[in-house]
Amino acid sequence: MRLYLKFFSLHLKSQMQYKTSFFLTALGQFLGAFTSFLGIYFMFMRFHTLEDFSFGQALLCFAVILMAYTMAEMLGRGFDLFPQMLGNGEFDRALVRPMNIVFQVLAAKMDFSRFGRLMQAILVFCYAIPNSGVVWTGDKILTLCLMVTCGSLVFFGLFLVYAAFSFFTVEGLEFMNVFTDGGREFGRYPFSVYGKNILRFLTFVIPLALFQYYPLLYLLDREQSVLYMLLPLVALLFLLPCYAFFRLGLRRYKSTGS
Amino acid sequence: MKKYRALFRIRFINALQYRAAAVAGMTTQFAWGFMEIFAFAAFYRVSRAAFPMTFSQTVSYIWMQQAFLALFMMWFWENDIADAVVSGGIAYEMVRPLDLYSRWFCQVAANRLARALLRCAPILIVAFLVPEPYRMSLPPDLTQLFLFLLSTALSLGVVVSFSLLIYISLFYMLSPMGVRIIVAVFSDFLAGAIVPLPFFPESLRALVEMLPFAAMQNMPLRIYSGNIAGADAWQGIALQLFWLAALLLAGRFAMDRALKKVIVQGG
Repeated sequence: MRLYLKFFSLHLKSQMQYKTSFFLTALGQFLGAFTSFLGIYFMFMRFHTLEDFSFGQALLCFAVILMAYTMAEMLGRGFDLFPQMLGNGEFDRALVRPMNIVFQVLAAKMDFSRFGRLMQAILVFCYAIPNSGVVWTGDKILTLCLMVTCGSLVFFGLFLVYAAFSFFTVEGLEFMNVFTDGGREFGRYPFSVYGKNILRFLTFVIPLALFQYYPLLYLLDREQSVLYMLLPLVALLFLLPCYAFFRLGLRRYKSTGS
Repeated sequence: MKKYRALFRIRFINALQYRAAAVAGMTTQFAWGFMEIFAFAAFYRVSRAAFPMTFSQTVSYIWMQQAFLALFMMWFWENDIADAVVSGGIAYEMVRPLDLYSRWFCQVAANRLARALLRCAPILIVAFLVPEPYRMSLPPDLTQLFLFLLSTALSLGVVVSFSLLIYISLFYMLSPMGVRIIVAVFSDFLAGAIVPLPFFPESLRALVEMLPFAAMQNMPLRIYSGNIAGADAWQGIALQLFWLAALLLAGRFAMDRALKKVIVQGG
């Protein structure tokens, strides 16, 4: 952990060397999330509700997903560059070091310019928390925290799967974007609006709904059972197959030799 | 003219090489298209009256957008060009007996066109086969189809000439990532990539429809779906022509100025 913090500050310092570039990129990230927000705003100005969710309630979903995704992306950016790492032989060097592989991949790259998007998430939270009609008691606050942290771990698992795929193929990894970028984009509305089948898929296969839609029902007092509050923790089970898949790929790994 | 045609062909064949990436891209776009449509369908169930396009128009809009993504989206950048400017490789380009602006224009247009052609057919086929409310419909009549094709060509021209302006700006500031992201985000939003322009609030919409961004994907997609027809379509095409001419002139002018001043470091 100490070593990780060391890398953390190293990356932070190195990215701060190019301040203009850094802030412009962060601003771009912020604006990217901001136009998504405007999209939601325009739709709700016109229609006022979606299924039986209000603007503030949809924004709660949007902020949870955005924040979870961004935190996972900031720290898990190393996985994004993993295919290159395999390609240029950098990975072989990592293999001979006496250190956990996942740790090394993570420490290789962190991208702080994403904090622009994080800012957007925080701003939306500031609006959504008082305007969503939720009565904020201790358990509700805990639920919200669970949604964000478990959510970012689930996204983290998805990035791990993405990296694991690159053990088998270097091409065609773009389809994983459906779950990562797609999860972020379409998580702006509660997942139930996309219909029963999609909801089922996002519950049992890729558990994005477990930390977004179901705990939201608990927040809004539409479901009283504590189970709904704890479902984000259940979503963490998803990490097991993700990690197993990564290990499987790792066992099969043959260096390119270059 | 011949050399630009050759250049166009080389780029085009080059871009056709990446087939596995194209298959993956298509799967992504299917899923994306469906999710987009489901979201709009949910709003449609809330209130039909507040829906500014018919539902089938919206469906066609989204499918066409997904099919021709590479043609219209500002966030497809040509890394070659930016790298050449930043690394100084541009010096080689400048000694060649080619007009740099036209060369870049060909390169960007060919890449976009090849990517789009490679990807559009399967998406279109499936979009025509899926069950009813989500199925894409044909344009209302042949004139409309013709207007759509015309408008698509113009729209590609506007997108390319606009993105060239950004590349040219790299001569002045060497922080390529940030500016590109910001510009891409704004222009895609104002072109109707996130929410089609008819869904914008009325007051804002009147303004946005005059901007060059409205001459990008907004126009051909709405003409195809039948949301803009007849005289309105011709008017839209006139607007596209105007912006294309303006952007081409501005681009050439900026390029000339930049090239007069550019100093490439040796070594």
